[in-house]
Amino acid sequence: MTILHIPWIELAILLPLIGAFWVRWLRDPDTAREHSLWISGLSLVCACAAWLSLDTSRPSAALAREQWDYVARWLGRDIFVVDELSAPLLPLAALLFLLTELATLRTKVRRFSFASVLAREAILLATFACRQPWAIAILLAIGTIPPWLELRERNKPTRVYVLHMALFVGLLFAGMALQPLHSQAAAVLLMAAVLIRSGIVPLHCWMTDLFEHASFGTALLFVTPMVGAYAALRLVLPIAPDWMLRSIALLSLLTAVYAACMALVQHEARRFFCYVFLSHSSLVLVGLEVATTIGLTAALCVWLSVGLSLAGFGLTLRSVEARTGRLSLDQFHGLYEHMPMLGILFLVTGLGSIGFPGTLGFVGTELLLDGVRRIPLVATAIVAVAALNGLAVLHAYFRVFTGVRHVTSIDLKLRWPEQVAVLIFTALILGGGLYPQPGVESRYHAAVKLIEIRQQRLAGGNNVEPGLAGSPPIRDDAAE
Amino acid sequence: VTLEQMLGLGVVVFPSLLLAILGLAALINRPLSERVISRCTQIAVVAGLVCAVLVLASMLISGNRNMQIEVGDWVVIHDPQVPFHFHLKFVFDRLSVPFVILSFVLTGTIGAFANQYLHREPGYGRFFILYAMFLVGMIVAAVAGTIEVLFLGWELVGLSSALLVAYFHEREGPVINGQRVWSVYRVADAAFLIAAVTLHHLTGEGDFSKLMGSEAWPDGVAAMTSQQALFVGILLLIAAAGKSALIPFSGWLPRAMEGPTPSSAVFYGALSVHLGTFLLLRVGPVLNASPLLSVIVVLLGFSSAVYGVIVGRVQSDVKTALAYASLTQVGIITAEIGLGLPRYIPLIHIIGHACLRTLQLVRAPTLLHDYHLLENAIGDHLRAEPSAWERLIPARLRIAIYRLAIERGYLDALIDEFIIRPFERIFRLCDGLERRWTDFLTGTESRESDRVPAAVPEPAEELA
Repeated sequence: MTILHIPWIELAILLPLIGAFWVRWLRDPDTAREHSLWISGLSLVCACAAWLSLDTSRPSAALAREQWDYVARWLGRDIFVVDELSAPLLPLAALLFLLTELATLRTKVRRFSFASVLAREAILLATFACRQPWAIAILLAIGTIPPWLELRERNKPTRVYVLHMALFVGLLFAGMALQPLHSQAAAVLLMAAVLIRSGIVPLHCWMTDLFEHASFGTALLFVTPMVGAYAALRLVLPIAPDWMLRSIALLSLLTAVYAACMALVQHEARRFFCYVFLSHSSLVLVGLEVATTIGLTAALCVWLSVGLSLAGFGLTLRSVEARTGRLSLDQFHGLYEHMPMLGILFLVTGLGSIGFPGTLGFVGTELLLDGVRRIPLVATAIVAVAALNGLAVLHAYFRVFTGVRHVTSIDLKLRWPEQVAVLIFTALILGGGLYPQPGVESRYHAAVKLIEIRQQRLAGGNNVEPGLAGSPPIRDDAAE
Repeated sequence: VTLEQMLGLGVVVFPSLLLAILGLAALINRPLSERVISRCTQIAVVAGLVCAVLVLASMLISGNRNMQIEVGDWVVIHDPQVPFHFHLKFVFDRLSVPFVILSFVLTGTIGAFANQYLHREPGYGRFFILYAMFLVGMIVAAVAGTIEVLFLGWELVGLSSALLVAYFHEREGPVINGQRVWSVYRVADAAFLIAAVTLHHLTGEGDFSKLMGSEAWPDGVAAMTSQQALFVGILLLIAAAGKSALIPFSGWLPRAMEGPTPSSAVFYGALSVHLGTFLLLRVGPVLNASPLLSVIVVLLGFSSAVYGVIVGRVQSDVKTALAYASLTQVGIITAEIGLGLPRYIPLIHIIGHACLRTLQLVRAPTLLHDYHLLENAIGDHLRAEPSAWERLIPARLRIAIYRLAIERGYLDALIDEFIIRPFERIFRLCDGLERRWTDFLTGTESRESDRVPAAVPEPAEELA
């Protein structure tokens, strides 16, 4: 039996799911943290193995799945499958959870629910590995519950979040139910659901509200994987007509510009981060407008770079917050001398997100601009967004790290687990920036498959399910 | 790969290695000693300079005036309909080689100067990381064979410059000035990027040899119409104006003098401030293609020069006065480019001015000492005689001009009044509306962030 004969995807999902129950019974928070780290680490290994099994030896993997895919046998169809679209998203999501747990200070472990984090990890990985439209919709709906539970547990207002998420879930299920009857109407409803989940203006207030009231880690883990974009690609792209994609892209572009402007006038670090994130994540949907392979490749590249860069950026802010409490941006805090590594990471991740040369985001932005170059206004708006976000990032850096040195009797230096998290993020952002070809190539293949599926659907092909956007699953390859 | 090409690559590789070594040490929190940093800097600069000089010698011997090094495609997508490639290409010609040698000589000199000047400064290591980033940016921009590669270097220069202005980051003044410099640079970068995208759209190419013709610089013909050249040229002119502090972006130049003197000397007095004019020289064929564009370039150059002269005369500190003197010369160089003079004239002007200004700026901290030496040698005090202009201009007009000059032409005030404040007002209003909306949905005050204290409180004891 080779390593390819193991159901890696199912393992990646089951490990955190079982781990969530296991960790819940542990009384000592330090032990819970340690076990969670192991479980998330193993889940990451499985997610990486699933990605590798896609790229290396498909026929043998397919055979292995025939023997090991108990989930498929039990449900009678392939639920969890890695394709070109989801292959890098799974390790990215698993890594994000692992590094968030790793960067959680020991002083915070009593208030940080590792069981909940592992459960959310399992839900997210299942969403990214899922190909069945209804299953995706159900998982998306389930994914909205943990943040709500946390808000309730912390006695925070939940109404803004609940109203938006209820609308999202309602539209999602209505769209799915309507799909066999009226494809266009279903697409409109699904589009509306995606816009809400992606925080498109004016339906974005749930996101700022979540950052206000939930813990930073929870808010970060809920928004940075960008499941709204995933839903757009899996559920909307294959069935939406061109005008609808253009509408999504236009609204996303407006959101990107608006959020970039709003980031510049924020007084507080979390809200600033939320707007910077919103601005960048909206650019992913802009790539849909052109519906060309280059446009989609750009969108998928921006997705990876933004996901990684802004997750790192958010974790940096979270680490600073863990030492100082919530940060105002009205004054200079002078924290550089206490935490120079965090200062550097803040710049690297922030600049990576705006597409600074040498970082992961640079090629994504270049591709995006190349994809929309025939629409000068869109290209200008994207450039303006990058410029404004660049201003916002450096503004925040100056406010947090410069100024008269902060006087404290307590050592604020980075602990080693945080240093490890910092170095992993930096290595990925700079490494991906200096050697971007493999990442771009993989995203290009995913884009080609997405376009193919879309063309088949629009041409009236009935043999393709909307959720099958991406390459054919592994077993299908073997059947061929 | 020929020896000549290896040497050409060495020009780019050595500064990049310096940046990698210094950056990596900082990243893993293993700060290098001053001695190691200084030695690494010396080796990288000297090695890069030697490579550049050998490239020049080889070009002179072989008679090849346009050496192109194709590194290959950094990113390539073989899409049958819309192929994409990010081509890495370096060009050594009669423009880039002198500029590269100038960059190495001046940064090398300033590196040696800064090694003494910043000895035992807490930010010594940080200075040299930014110095290395600047050097890489300058070299990459100088030898760029495509507009994308030029943009790559351009951005590195911008970031390192802004962070160096804010080098003394314990004081708010330099930090605010650094932010201001960064803001102008972002506008310039945005214009540059839109120009690059437009060039791709118009001609399908970002390669200078295809955009400007295959002939060696300064010959070449832009492959575009006059209207297209005007549009692209104006965008490039905005980018150049931002980088070279031409009107209306001149406000950042005196602010940049808040940085340490070595960086002021080499960046804002010598190299960075000339990068805009370098860009105009590089895209010279685009200017040639549009007479109207050339007129605009001349007007912008002359007006910046006049502005620099007037404002510079009333400055009370030497670095700011030198900054405006730089602006005057950069304005004249820009006008020379717009006038279509042989391209070697502005290039020689750049080299001469950069060397002189660097010398003046590194001597600036000892200005009083130099004056005393001069007066001792003369045996009398230096007298400030009113110039012919001052005698000719009526007193009221002189006062008006003086006021205009002391307020630096109100450029910053105008930007604050007509761009920054309206922007803040509009988006603070949006923020207020969002607050009302979430308050309404919540049924109570929805923002915890309103209660965040401005200053960082003492951390909780449990962290200890």
